[in-house]
Amino acid sequence: MAVKNNAEKCCYCGGCVGCCPVMAIELKDIRIMIDNEKCTSCGNCVKICPVGAMEVLR
Amino acid sequence: MQEFDAIIVGAGPAGLRAANNLAKAKFKVLCLDKKQEIGVPKRCAEGLGLGWFERLGLKPNPKWAVQEIEGAALYAPSEKKVELRFKSISGYILERRVFEKELAKETSMNGAIIKTKANAFAFKRNSGKVEVKVNESGIVKEYAAPLIIACDGVESLTARKLGVNTAIEIPDYDSGYQYEMANIEIPDEKLIHLYFGTEVAPRGYVWIFPKGKNHANVGVGIGGMNEKTAKSYLDKFIASHPGLSKGSIIEVNCGCVPVGGFLDDMTADNLLIVGDAAHQVNPIHGGGIGIAMEAADIACDTAIKAFKAKDFSHEFLQQYNSHWYEKRGNKLKAILKKRMMFENLKDKDFETLAESVTGDDILKLTEGDLVGAAKVVTKKLIKYPGLVRVMLKYLK
Repeated sequence: MAVKNNAEKCCYCGGCVGCCPVMAIELKDIRIMIDNEKCTSCGNCVKICPVGAMEVLR
Repeated sequence: MQEFDAIIVGAGPAGLRAANNLAKAKFKVLCLDKKQEIGVPKRCAEGLGLGWFERLGLKPNPKWAVQEIEGAALYAPSEKKVELRFKSISGYILERRVFEKELAKETSMNGAIIKTKANAFAFKRNSGKVEVKVNESGIVKEYAAPLIIACDGVESLTARKLGVNTAIEIPDYDSGYQYEMANIEIPDEKLIHLYFGTEVAPRGYVWIFPKGKNHANVGVGIGGMNEKTAKSYLDKFIASHPGLSKGSIIEVNCGCVPVGGFLDDMTADNLLIVGDAAHQVNPIHGGGIGIAMEAADIACDTAIKAFKAKDFSHEFLQQYNSHWYEKRGNKLKAILKKRMMFENLKDKDFETLAESVTGDDILKLTEGDLVGAAKVVTKKLIKYPGLVRVMLKYLK
C-alpha cells in the first residue's frame, strides 16, 4: 500500500493532505511527506490532485 | 516552556484575523505558519465582495484591493453570455500577498507574536493546557496554551491531531488550478467572467478575475471525483481562447476547496477550528476569505468568554458552533442545496438559461430571493418542463 508524489508536477497545495483518511500525508512548506506504513491506497489523493502529481503504486 | 493565552496555527486570513482580535483584547497570542512567507503561495482567485468589506470593517486599500469589480458575466458553453452589472462597485480583486502581509503587520503591532517557517507538528493535552512542539527552521521548540485555534487550511492536521476528524470526503471537495496571466485580452476588466459547461468544467466553472486591464487570475474549479485533472481543463480552455493563449503565465496556483461538507462540531477540549480547516466555504463559488475572517471573529467571541470563565472544555467552547451556524452556517447550507441544482444542469440547460434569463433574475437567485427568482425564471422557462422540474426541486 503506497502512493508516490511527483515533485516536478506538485504545486504543494496540500489538497491530498485534506482528503487522506488516515493522515498518511503531510505538507511541510514545499515538501510532501508520505507515510506508506499508514497509506491504504484508497486513491483519494490521486482523484483530488489538480495536477496529477499523485500515483498509487501497485 | 513559554506559555501563551492562545496558540493559533496558520497565518492566513482566518489565523491573522483571530490573532489580531485577541491581541487587540490584550491576550498573549502566538500565531504560527509553516510556510516561509505569509500570503504566498496563494490558493485563491482573490475576489472579495463589497458586503464582506462592510461586515468585516475593512477599508479597500489600493495597495491590495487592486481591481474594482462591478459585476459578473456568465457564459454558457456556446459562450452566449448573461451580464450582471451593478450600478456601483460590488467587490474587489485582491493582491493577497500584500493583503495578508498588511494584516500580519497590524496584528504584530497589536502585540501578537507571528512566526513563519514554524511547523506545529505535535500536540499534547496536559493539565488543562496543550503543549505544542514547533519546528522552527530546524530547531524544535515547545510552547503551551489553554486554547489552540486551528486555522491551518484544507490540509489542517492540527484539529485531527487533537481528536477532531476534519478529513474531507471527495464528493465535498473541489480541485482547483489557476494561472496568474499577463498580456491577455479580458472582455471587460470591471467584470469577473465565469464560463460554464460540462466540457469546460464539470461541477464548476472557469473564471477570469481581472487584476488590471491585461492581467488576471485565470483558473478552473472542478468536482473532486473527475477522472481528468483540473490542470487539463484549464490548459484546454486557454488553448481555445487566443486572447488568453497569447499571454504569459506569471504564477501557477493550485488548491483544493472543501465545498459543502460542513462540520457539525468545530470544537473540542482546548480547540476551536476556523476557516478552510473547518470547511467554512461558500459551496457554490468556493470563496472563503470573508467567511473565514467572520468565523474568526465569532470564534474569538467564544475564546474571550472562555478566558473570562477560565473554561476551555469542549462543552463551553461549543457555543462557537451555534453562533456560527446562526450567523452564517445555515445560510451556507441553503446555498449548498442550490449547488446541487447546478450540478444537475446539462449543457443545453445552460444555453436555455442564457437565452431566457436576465442578469436581474440571476441576481435575485444569488442574493437569496429564491421565491421571486423561481417565479420569474419558471415563467420564462415554461417551454422547458424538464429544466423547470430540476430547478423547482432545489429551489423550494
